[in-house]
Amino acid sequence: MVIDEDKVFKALADASRRKLLDRLRRKGGLSLGELCEKHDMSRQAVTKHLALLEAANLVVSKKQGREKLHYLNPVPINEIYMRWIGKFEQERVLALHNLKQALQENDDEQ
Amino acid sequence: MNNDFIYTTFIKSTPEKVWQAITNPEFARQYWGNETISDWKKGSDWKLVSADGKDVRVVGKILESTPPTRLVVSWASPQNTADESQVAYDISMLADMVRLEVVHSKLSKEMAGRITYGWPRVLSSLKSFLETGKALDFAAADEQKCA
Repeated sequence: MVIDEDKVFKALADASRRKLLDRLRRKGGLSLGELCEKHDMSRQAVTKHLALLEAANLVVSKKQGREKLHYLNPVPINEIYMRWIGKFEQERVLALHNLKQALQENDDEQ
Repeated sequence: MNNDFIYTTFIKSTPEKVWQAITNPEFARQYWGNETISDWKKGSDWKLVSADGKDVRVVGKILESTPPTRLVVSWASPQNTADESQVAYDISMLADMVRLEVVHSKLSKEMAGRITYGWPRVLSSLKSFLETGKALDFAAADEQKCA
């Protein structure tokens, strides 16, 4: 079992899947039903997206009784980050990020 | 409310080596910048200490210890031991890879804010350390910040 990097990039290359990750970042441990609630997607589409996200190890699920709860796993994204951002750049990149956040404070993106 | 955090990574290694990386202070220092100190027996104390030995960062007890597959510890800041959370490490094989899963649960809001920054980095660094013998840079970057 290899977590193929291509799988991570492919999984991220879709706005609906990124939205699912955003939701799981705000609140972990959501069931399929809860994830479908606020999406215009069908249950089937959400199931398909979740399978791709799980195959990329970006989402981890846990069985709880009859339900499957979903969690964001940010470790593969951190690996991408660490690959191209070295220790000397980290602080500068963070400073720019914070500046951008401060300037865009009213935006809904968090 | 379910506020657990789950982190997983796949490592080209063996369960024994992953267990060792978590429980051996010498190894932990190399990829985490901190030493994990305990005899790792159920009921014993454990602590996470900075590499220079001056700073105790986390204290807790060993709640479950089944080498090399499962380790559960309690987790608290020495400044506020009442705010106690729990960390479970699960180590399994999936085909030819080790799957390491870390579940951090029973988190207060304050502690949740602190750990979400750290775990992805620690696990990426652990993976790199076991696969290539080299940890990631972030520990060194953190040390610089303190200097």
